[in-house]
Amino acid sequence: MSLVLQGVSKVVNGQTHIHPTDLELQSGTMNVLLGPTSAGKTSLMRLMAGLDVPNTGKVIWNGEDVTGMRVQDRGVAMVYQQFINYPSMTVYNNIASPMRLLGKSKDEIDSAVRKAADLMQLTPMLDRKPLELSGGQQQRCALARALVKDAGLVLLDEPLANLDYKLREELRAEIPKIFEEAGSIFVYATTEPEEALLLGGHTATLWEGRITQFGLTPVVYRQPVDATTARVFSDPPMNFLNITKAGDTLTFGDGNTVATFGNFKTVADGSYVAGFRPNHLELSKQSDDALEFAGKLNVTEITGSETFIHLDHHGENWVGLVHGVKDLKIGAPLNVYLDPTHVYIFAEDGTSVAPASYAAAA
Amino acid sequence: MAKITLDNLAHSYLPNPTSEDDFALKELNHDWVDGEAYALLGASGCGKSTLLNIISGLLHPSQGRILFNDRDVTNDPTTKRNIAQVFQFPVVYDTMTVRDNLAFPLRNRGADAAYVAQRVQQIAGMIGMEDMLNRKARGLTADAKQKISLGRGMVREDVNALLFDEPLTVIDPHMKWELRTQLKSLHHEFGHTMIYVTHDQTEALTFADKVVVMYDGRVVQMGTPQELFETPQHTFVGYFIGSPGMNVLDATVTGDKAVIGGHEIALGHGFAPLDGKVELGVRPEFTRLATGEAGLPVTIKRIEDVGRHKIVRADFNGNEINVIAEEGAEISPDMNRIVFDPAGVNVYANSWRVAPQGA
Repeated sequence: MSLVLQGVSKVVNGQTHIHPTDLELQSGTMNVLLGPTSAGKTSLMRLMAGLDVPNTGKVIWNGEDVTGMRVQDRGVAMVYQQFINYPSMTVYNNIASPMRLLGKSKDEIDSAVRKAADLMQLTPMLDRKPLELSGGQQQRCALARALVKDAGLVLLDEPLANLDYKLREELRAEIPKIFEEAGSIFVYATTEPEEALLLGGHTATLWEGRITQFGLTPVVYRQPVDATTARVFSDPPMNFLNITKAGDTLTFGDGNTVATFGNFKTVADGSYVAGFRPNHLELSKQSDDALEFAGKLNVTEITGSETFIHLDHHGENWVGLVHGVKDLKIGAPLNVYLDPTHVYIFAEDGTSVAPASYAAAA
Repeated sequence: MAKITLDNLAHSYLPNPTSEDDFALKELNHDWVDGEAYALLGASGCGKSTLLNIISGLLHPSQGRILFNDRDVTNDPTTKRNIAQVFQFPVVYDTMTVRDNLAFPLRNRGADAAYVAQRVQQIAGMIGMEDMLNRKARGLTADAKQKISLGRGMVREDVNALLFDEPLTVIDPHMKWELRTQLKSLHHEFGHTMIYVTHDQTEALTFADKVVVMYDGRVVQMGTPQELFETPQHTFVGYFIGSPGMNVLDATVTGDKAVIGGHEIALGHGFAPLDGKVELGVRPEFTRLATGEAGLPVTIKRIEDVGRHKIVRADFNGNEINVIAEEGAEISPDMNRIVFDPAGVNVYANSWRVAPQGA
């Protein structure tokens, strides 16, 4: 099975939601659409499902043009951010409902429902009504219903966004296992880079209605083709610093100079944007050639086991992410360190010139 | 601003509670210090909203008293408690402008016009709505309406306390960060006594000086974010705070040694003899993979690359142990042991942390 988008675009009321897009997805794969709110994730999914008809381009399913075909006539299952279940039916009947519509036999339905319930850990709740379940169980019920349909294309639109983080943690670990067993094409929309990495497979990064890169998830993460992709695939966003190279000297935007380091040795003289991820900023010097930057701590955010450090470096806002819970003084000077191997080089227009050397090696 | 005292407080939704299990909020004695920012953190059903509703006067407790600056307000209705509240969903007057919505609590109490104008401007700046002051609230997004609710909650400087009940639920993820940090700096600026209910650890830990973790109707720990991370007082705190949460393993403890499934672990501190179910709790950040003979023998089940680090899921006698490894760490197939950093090992008896001797 395969799903191919050829030059597909969507314009609504004069506003372009999706610029002409080419994409090819294969059966048995997990494909993540990663991007911020209103980047076009849901619009693209609706085009894939046939819920919307594209203004230009074709949707091709297994070699057949299905561009104008109604969603009901396609083998598509969709799970939304809001848990959608039939409140008056038991969990069993909720999961069974798509198969009943397809006119499957009682035995077939029963075995598929029990298998899906088992995968989703809903077996003890099969006789309950959805409203007697927790939020996580309700969403698992909706996921089970999408699975039993045995659809060739399963679209999941931020399915974990409304769950609290402990449940999200558990389901994120379960979902890839479930997908490994099915042979469908899975498309999963999320705003969170960490979720994309946990799901694995392939990732398409979206920004303002365009796919900026599509490839194996860890490759897109570590070797972004441009600064936009790097920004989308980094939470908090990647930090940037203007650098001008002249021979053996690099001049930073603030006027400070250092000897040309790392991957800058291999690029031509000129102006560049250096990018580095928050988790690569260190609070202490970890290597002899680490770069040192002076900053002022604006605010810290604590997630439970990590601390986000928001600092001001000569008027630029940078974010650092360190392990553990740090009690740092707000408003105080704070020096941070950066290993040159973690620096990405982008041209001034954002195109990647050289990935960070640690990532190129990985 | 006021100190808030909970005296012998408990609540049951049943008319004739008989056992402790019947109480949604178990007996609680506590002073909320004047001018501090607290977060009430817990999963749904833990009793945090019950407690907030008792403080606000929406709910009359079945037992005990509540005092504001040592004055008993247990029987006072919400209107007499002089508090401001912000709820999960926006409460705004659709027909009024943003400006009039923000000014409402001040005008209602007869504040003079110049003060109202200046204060509304200040609050509008904080919630980033200076450009919208003259617009009607009707037609604004849920986000924007909730920001008005937040602003209106903060507009009065003379309230006894500010209570927030999951105020950022409807806010778009990228705005959440901005608002919770703004709330924090606002607290630093005005020094209101603030109580903030949430199930989100990042919201709680970022916003509050002191986080009150609730579990099954009980306060299981009240502490700074650092204390919750380093010395969780209850295994639930270890599980609930942090992603992934703390590893918890059955153990026996004798002096400064623990034995887990026949394997000895050094604890770094001595412990008096313990009663009940004894467990060790070690966060994934204090756990590392190793080769050789030392540590617990494990099988690696899965390695999750989450970018900034790796989460290694290992199996020890049927128990999952999670390890956080560096982004660039090589995880070789011969890594078959797990070693704990003694500084990160906590000992629990019947789920409650036991302090080491001499500590």
